[in-house]
Amino acid sequence: MAERVLMKGNEALAEAAIKSGCRHFFGYPITPQTEVAAYMAKRMPKIGGTYLQAESEVAAINMVLGAASAGVRVMTSSSSPGISLKTEGISYIAGSDLPCLIINVQRGGPGLGGIQPSQADYWQATRATGHGDFHILVFAPATIQEMVDLVYTAYDKADEYRMPAMILADGMLGQMMEPVEFPEKEANHQIEKPWATTGHQNKRPHNIVNSLYLDPNELEQKVVERFKRYEIIKEKEPMAEEYLVDDADIVLVSFGATARIVKSAVNSARSMGIKAGMIRPITLWPFPEKVMQKVAKTASCFLSVEMSMGQMVDDVRLAVNGEKPVYFFGRTGGIIPSPAEVLGEIQRIMGGAK
Amino acid sequence: MAVVFEKPKTLTDATLHYCPGCTHGIIHTLVAQAIEELGIEGKTVGVAPVGCAVMAYNYFTCDMVEAPHGRAPAVATGLKRALPDNIIFTYQGDGDLAAIGTAETVHSATRGENITVIFVNNAIYGMTGGQMAPTSLPGQVTQTTPYGRDTSVAGYPVRVCEMLSTLDGVAYAERVSVDSVPNIRKARAAIKKAFQNQINKKGFSIVEVLSSCPTNWGLTPAEALDWLRDNMIPYYPLGVYKDTTGGEK
Repeated sequence: MAERVLMKGNEALAEAAIKSGCRHFFGYPITPQTEVAAYMAKRMPKIGGTYLQAESEVAAINMVLGAASAGVRVMTSSSSPGISLKTEGISYIAGSDLPCLIINVQRGGPGLGGIQPSQADYWQATRATGHGDFHILVFAPATIQEMVDLVYTAYDKADEYRMPAMILADGMLGQMMEPVEFPEKEANHQIEKPWATTGHQNKRPHNIVNSLYLDPNELEQKVVERFKRYEIIKEKEPMAEEYLVDDADIVLVSFGATARIVKSAVNSARSMGIKAGMIRPITLWPFPEKVMQKVAKTASCFLSVEMSMGQMVDDVRLAVNGEKPVYFFGRTGGIIPSPAEVLGEIQRIMGGAK
Repeated sequence: MAVVFEKPKTLTDATLHYCPGCTHGIIHTLVAQAIEELGIEGKTVGVAPVGCAVMAYNYFTCDMVEAPHGRAPAVATGLKRALPDNIIFTYQGDGDLAAIGTAETVHSATRGENITVIFVNNAIYGMTGGQMAPTSLPGQVTQTTPYGRDTSVAGYPVRVCEMLSTLDGVAYAERVSVDSVPNIRKARAAIKKAFQNQINKKGFSIVEVLSSCPTNWGLTPAEALDWLRDNMIPYYPLGVYKDTTGGEK
């Protein structure tokens, strides 16, 4: 059994990446993720790894592209405005079928926004991490332990499917401290990467890492092949926590740190006799549609609770597909919803339904 | 019959897509010769730019990565940090290196990344059809400076070797030209040295190659070489701007 230690979320993220075999980190300072970089700067030189503070987020993500081309486990981390800058590189990485790990410790937006926790990059993470037809894997932890565990998963899945993976955290998870243990996994169960540009040593034809296909037929073929892979992922990889949903009338849907607040509101509602439950998507892409569809058969309505003006609620509505009403409650700009506010919303909906 | 020229084995058999009279083909050959002569093909990874040379990944027989526009030095940095014993080079044009990629260029240089940068300066954006480049000369007519580059509006050209030679991280910066046989010979030596420096772990080496673009300059190939000689070389003097290797070959 591994040792339990008290750690800040951002530092736990960094240590989990190292434990997963990451030896190359490229980043640029931004609040509230700076401790990821600071931790890497301290640890990497001690273990023969690379910590490099890039001149910009744009440069950092392209350093990730280079290191990923060489086949190593590589990571960058940032917060909302910095992720916007990385989207160019993420599109090229996805278009070149390269695996890597990107951390977004979200803050309020748009623009420079604020530095308090937010979930307003849901659309960006699941819809628009760059131009073109592609997806990335998006994991949304709710505790620091889960954040650690998902870093291992994210690297494995990124390698397996040859695509970028993102941990979509927020300023709350990044800054809070919790006890955590690091699974003593074989850090180097890493798969072979025969496509990597490591120098052919005159033993194989040259490898090319590229996203340019000037022949539209060839480009369409490449994209279609990628989407066939996405179909397998949508079948095999969705993850969600179901909490008290079996007999629930109202099912709240929430991810990340917000789900912890929602869970206490669900408990309070139960103690008042309201049959509330919760679905917590752990993968945001692929979105756990089947769980939603299953629960839509028994629940009377859904309530998506987010630290945004309502982004994931779009995916809830697509999954529920009109079978049941889907409501939304959220706070934004760095405001964290309180359990009492969420409970109030549950009561308002359920009262109105009676 | 005596063989007077052979294509380097480090160039593939793919047909180059460059316009007639374009000097990219010469520069590709010089890079490939350097790789072949140094016997480093098996451990070399090249980084192609966005611009006329975007498809360079099809032409060199070493492993290749195609970078986003201007980001080749960042991609090369990632490659070099992951593969410190390999040889990493970028091949970039003027728009890529001196406009959109200025930050990546300056910072990889000032970090002293142990990489080799081949910078092709033809004073114009070729691939997109002849727009003003950061290195277009004052008064030069391009598609986007139809009345000539007016420095009061469009500013002045960037002299890359002069600028980078002020940085401590730069080991070697030389400007060469491929307008004539003697200059091609000098370019060949400079490019080989820029690779040799990396083998010797000297740090950042850049060779700026003045190159012609007959198509977008609206000149014949022969006229274009004259224009290069008469207009570019006076503005961009040839020579070694920095060499911390003590003139090592």
